[in-house]
Amino acid sequence: MDTKRIVVPGDIIEITQDRPRNGIFKCSENDFCSSYFGVVQSGNGFVDVVPFYGRYVPRRGDKVIGKVIDIGPSMWTIDINSAYLTMLHSNDSPWRVNSGELKKYLSMGDYVYAKVMTVNELKESWITLRDVGLRKLEGGHIISVPSPKVPRIIGKGGNMVNMIKDATSTRIVLGQNGLIWIDGSPENIMNAVSAIRMVEREAHTNGLTDRVENFLKGLKGGS
Amino acid sequence: MGGAKTDLKLIDENGLRLDGRSPNELRPIKIQTDVLDNADGSAMIEWGGNKIIASVYGPREAYPKHTQNMDMAVVKARYNMAAFSVDERKRPGPDRRSIEISKVVSEALQTAILAEQFPRTQIDVFIEVLQADAGTRIAGLTASAVALAAAGIPMRDMVAGCTAGKVAGQIVLDLGKEEDNFGEADLPIAQLVKSGKIVLMQMDGDLSVEEFNKATEMIDDAIKRISEIQREALAGKYRDIALEEGGE
Repeated sequence: MDTKRIVVPGDIIEITQDRPRNGIFKCSENDFCSSYFGVVQSGNGFVDVVPFYGRYVPRRGDKVIGKVIDIGPSMWTIDINSAYLTMLHSNDSPWRVNSGELKKYLSMGDYVYAKVMTVNELKESWITLRDVGLRKLEGGHIISVPSPKVPRIIGKGGNMVNMIKDATSTRIVLGQNGLIWIDGSPENIMNAVSAIRMVEREAHTNGLTDRVENFLKGLKGGS
Repeated sequence: MGGAKTDLKLIDENGLRLDGRSPNELRPIKIQTDVLDNADGSAMIEWGGNKIIASVYGPREAYPKHTQNMDMAVVKARYNMAAFSVDERKRPGPDRRSIEISKVVSEALQTAILAEQFPRTQIDVFIEVLQADAGTRIAGLTASAVALAAAGIPMRDMVAGCTAGKVAGQIVLDLGKEEDNFGEADLPIAQLVKSGKIVLMQMDGDLSVEEFNKATEMIDDAIKRISEIQREALAGKYRDIALEEGGE
């Protein structure tokens, strides 16, 4: 089985027809270099370097999972597993919240599935719960993966995560920031976690979907 | 350093050094990545008798708040020698030497990191010297660069370094402990690997212009070899996962 090309920071990336995008910068007159230790990926007219590891940086429109770590008079402070904390204003929540009564709705340690509403140039960000599918996450189990691996866990058009959901009969919510919420029976959660860990470990290899499928089949056969 | 007197014959009749190396030979170097689970990235380097662990935490919001830079991340490296790392017990805690090394290493790494991508944050680099055997600042810096790459921090280029010096009137590469203690000069240099730009240079003792040029030439060449070791340390692990799966 072949791997994608592994590069370290400063390695020159040949740009032919595809345009450089994430993880690539212009390092001299006519050369483009990788800024990450990761793998080169090209497709849809773009070349990216996808790092093996990295902190999440909030981007507008991303759906993330976060944990309430502080409560103010009108805002919750949310930890989104990033270099920066983010804020959730009571007006951006689905409830009619009176000032000072925030902890009736979300208290310390609660998890929310929210959307990044705005990010400014200082990377201060605000998230919102006012959109379809956004909510407080009740019950379930939270695991964390490096955020660059999230697209691989989602798979093309969501096929990887759907496959894991179906095979393990769990409910899974993926945050772009690398936090994953899984709900189901304890055994099923464990199976889903081991499948996700497998994708995380082998994200840089080709033909992963087939191997995960076999792995999930093996789990079913075993139980 | 400083050319202390010794009866040791630092270079023998055959032109070999105390440990049997030729003037242009490096000590054996081994780098291992991801040695610590709680760090975002880490690396352990064994360079001759040096054993050093570098770990990277962050980027995370910088505290105390007045150290935050609104335009970029600040790199805070801390070089620390364990009390048991040298022959005679070293008094623990920061001293003049380790504060200086922390500063020059921070600055060297700051130039390599694309810090503009993370305003208001700090990137912590902890360099813990477990066993010292000359050239620890360079070994620590070389390991830090690997740890930074493993932590997924965007960088312009990798950083690697090496020392050269003057021992018994000869220019030699990568000084050992006795050569460092009793030699005439010591020149540690670190560069951005691809561009060759110098990010750290210090000198202890005296070198003539010719000697200096010869030393830098040797270092240039050595850094290329060291950067290959860095690359192998990083990429090897992921290639192995791929091969292992392929064998099934």
